[in-house]
Amino acid sequence: MAKVPVQFTLNGSEKAEFIESGTTLLHALRDKIGDTSPKGGCHQGTCGACSVIIDGELRLSCLTLAETCDGADIRTTAGLAEGGVLHPLQRAFLDAFATQCGFCTPGMIMAAKALLDRTPNPSREEVVEALSGNICRCTGYEPIIQAVLTAARADSQNAA
Amino acid sequence: MSLALQTFSTVKDANAALQASGTRYLGGGTLVVRAANEGDVSVSSLVRVTEPSLSAVSVSGGKARLGASVTMAAITRHPELAALAPAARAVGGPAIRNMATVGGNLFAPAPYGDFAVALLALNATVAVEDGEMPVETFLAGRDTSRAVVTAVSLSLPEAESFRFLKVSRVKPKGVSVLSIAALLQRTADGTVTSARIAHGCMADRSMRAKAAEKALLGCKLTPEEIAPALAVAGEDITPITDPIASAWYRAEVLPVHLGRLLLS
Repeated sequence: MAKVPVQFTLNGSEKAEFIESGTTLLHALRDKIGDTSPKGGCHQGTCGACSVIIDGELRLSCLTLAETCDGADIRTTAGLAEGGVLHPLQRAFLDAFATQCGFCTPGMIMAAKALLDRTPNPSREEVVEALSGNICRCTGYEPIIQAVLTAARADSQNAA
Repeated sequence: MSLALQTFSTVKDANAALQASGTRYLGGGTLVVRAANEGDVSVSSLVRVTEPSLSAVSVSGGKARLGASVTMAAITRHPELAALAPAARAVGGPAIRNMATVGGNLFAPAPYGDFAVALLALNATVAVEDGEMPVETFLAGRDTSRAVVTAVSLSLPEAESFRFLKVSRVKPKGVSVLSIAALLQRTADGTVTSARIAHGCMADRSMRAKAAEKALLGCKLTPEEIAPALAVAGEDITPITDPIASAWYRAEVLPVHLGRLLLS
């Protein structure tokens, strides 16, 4: 199979790789570039564990072909902490015990970030809707919803 | 998995490439990449088109033209497509809606394809490179379709004439037990003068409930007057069985939900 060049920005850094045509973004990120924060759960678009933000929109990296991301700006959970300081969402997930086994967490955090980027002060219903494509088998969801609401409040206090 | 992706700038070139066996069109990826991930070896090559008109929405004179690559999320955000928003919002979660396209939904097998249910009730027109056809005709022949869908056109319904319902077990996002869309024209006193009803999950693709449509004519939307329509709602259906619900269950609850939609 012929290899094709792909270039994109990942968490602010330029990346260039030769990949096999038809490679999913999830596979390219994890196995080529070494960003293992997006998780491969169902590979069907059901679980949301592979969620990343591409050009400002939440997408599923398991159903996205890497070649279609040429020139895109891709954000993953691995790029959220700055200088060793956790992002407010990461801090809130830890404080609220919103991460247990941790497998869904990177997808949950990206889904939450996609929400807060557009809606900085969401209602509880908006948080539930924003996380509705992400499955968690540990927490029962409530701690995750609370963490997102807490992170939103922390962000708005910082901005004030 | 080994898939070769070919990118074309025009629909014409993509249509030519689609004639090769094992070749499928790549829209948002939520159907075809999923199939490849699940080991569908019938897919060996994917074709996509970057022509900008495929992603365009135009609304004028009460009519809308949705490019085939327009996403469900774009429809939910479009100020002039509010009538279609409930059906677009019924598709997947936020990430899926950012990917899933109007054109792709026409090919989604039950229990998916909720947006196509709305398009069928609205009597939309499906455009390919060399012509147009009613969505009902398109859906019936979709298994052998080898041409890229370029757009879907429809008359936007007045808010009170169009109703859409998706029933799922998980809220707010879940796979359909069934979905129903109804376009009803009524006189000032509420008598139904025309009815077009489509449902999802009652076959492998969206189908019209023609017996119920006929039975609703001349009725007012009261429990007594819609009863004959509900009694025939299950005519000619062959519901799917999947982990969400059995065919028997879907057939049993269809009249219940149709009744709720009509009386809402």
